Amino acid sequence: MPVNIVVLVKQVPDTGAERTLSQTDHRLDREDADLVLDEINERAAEEALSLKETMKETTDAHITVVSMGPDSALEAIRKVLAMGADRGIHICDDRLRGADVLTTAKVLAAAVRTVEDVDLVLAGDTTTDGRASAVPAVVADLLALPQVTHVRKLDVDAGRVRAERETENGEATLEAPLPALVSVTEKINEPRYPSFKGIMAAKKKPVDTVDLDDLFPDADDAGFLVTRTRVLEAVPRPPRSAGTRVTDDGSAGRQLAVYLIAQKLV
Amino acid sequence: MPDVLVLVDHDGERVNKSTYELLAAARRLGDPAAVVVGTPGTTARLSKSLARYGAVSVHAAESTEAAEFLVTPAVDALELAVRETSPAAVLASATTDGGEVAARLAARLEAGLLIDAVDLDASGVVTQIVFGGSYTVRSQVTRGMPVVTVRPGAFEPEENPGGAVERTLTLPTVDPTTSARVTDRRAATAGDRPGLTEAVVVVSGGRGVGGADGFEVVEELADAFGGAVGASRAAVDAGYYPHQFQVGQTGKSVSPQLYIALGISGAIQHLAGMQTSKTIVAVNKDPEAPILDLADYAVVGDLFAVAPRLTQEVAVRRALG
Repeated sequence: MPVNIVVLVKQVPDTGAERTLSQTDHRLDREDADLVLDEINERAAEEALSLKETMKETTDAHITVVSMGPDSALEAIRKVLAMGADRGIHICDDRLRGADVLTTAKVLAAAVRTVEDVDLVLAGDTTTDGRASAVPAVVADLLALPQVTHVRKLDVDAGRVRAERETENGEATLEAPLPALVSVTEKINEPRYPSFKGIMAAKKKPVDTVDLDDLFPDADDAGFLVTRTRVLEAVPRPPRSAGTRVTDDGSAGRQLAVYLIAQKLV
Repeated sequence: MPDVLVLVDHDGERVNKSTYELLAAARRLGDPAAVVVGTPGTTARLSKSLARYGAVSVHAAESTEAAEFLVTPAVDALELAVRETSPAAVLASATTDGGEVAARLAARLEAGLLIDAVDLDASGVVTQIVFGGSYTVRSQVTRGMPVVTVRPGAFEPEENPGGAVERTLTLPTVDPTTSARVTDRRAATAGDRPGLTEAVVVVSGGRGVGGADGFEVVEELADAFGGAVGASRAAVDAGYYPHQFQVGQTGKSVSPQLYIALGISGAIQHLAGMQTSKTIVAVNKDPEAPILDLADYAVVGDLFAVAPRLTQEVAVRRALG
């Protein structure tokens, strides 16, 4: 029995560029954005690949990469396939535009359910666009899996995961039986670069494209798609105007102190 | 008045300040009802302080398993409390745990989830700041009960003493196949400095600091202010300073009264994590550094000359205090 690992990934606007909200519907303007595979997802994929390599002696691991997004999300899937994952599932449906945390989690959970006998679901702990940091926990809840989130060190052995969790409250050691959902932090590893061979091989790997009707065949209407929240207004922050600028001639430290005292900041 | 459930953040002995802030926020919508999830006896230690800060009722969800399993007991407790009291809303702190609890609860209840609110009005309209301060957004739940996470520090705690009615919630037994067990816990090492996200003053160092040793200059300035130390991603990636102090898009977002950037060029990812600071000071040798253009006070110069002098001036000023 091979071990089945699912990696959840997301394509996001490059954080190196400015991100804007659309004037009409207050959603992220994706047309103008440079879209990239979110860096944290590369680390989730790396963890899946290194688990596969560790297990190689005793068992086969099969890695499925899942992404929800428009046509362009296929590029994110191909990148993980080029790193070494085996197959992809692309959830592509216009009705998912602007999906919130809950809808996103429900759709991802439904896609994971289409993969048979999943042992481990891996994800990044937070995406750089939404930053809700909650989708993995909700997916775990929906799939009735233990949530092993914000993990900086992971061991999988004998049907159990042992992990080191790190959050603003401190660190914890977690243990759970498989199947489980694990989300990783930036500290988990350094992701590999796809090789040329990997990039060529990725073109031949299977990717299934599915929509909501495939994932929820019994739903007479996509009831969960109903939006539960509404943005009333989105106001861009006025750009900060430059303030005082001085070139240090030996007195800048003192001048700065005077300025801060005048501002009642000392 | 309808109840507004507040998930209590605590360490078993004391209530965290962010919970008092939630109680103040909750009062805008109804009667604050605190939900304590903990081992037996926890509520008795906390309920007095909760009542002092405005909790009208306190729900005790106690079990020996409460601290043993990650997040799930709190989700179960809130789900129970919602079903028993039909509250107007549920509030949790916008922390890692709070966010996960809120989202899982919202998914179970088909509720409307709004995250990281910095303000909240009586009609339930929430203000959020997104993309590291690029936009201010006002949103509202249109369907289902509102579940809102509130950014720590966004509200002032308000004393509003009264007696709190105590209620008991019987937590279901946790299924160990669906929940991660916490086998060991280590509190965050606080050190002598305030936490990055709570500090009034943050002094951050970037690649310009030149090395781990150079960060002493950053730390000394931070200590002169009684502030926190931060670092840019470039400095963290170069190994000058630990990752948990990273300020920026992939690190922490900070919004102090005063932010001092030493040797930081101001990549857009860094700006996203600090541009909502009230006053920004930047010191950089490179006159082209983008951060100089948004600083309230920009010094083109060597941080190793400017920062120690400032440290000295601040120390003298504070000693005279």
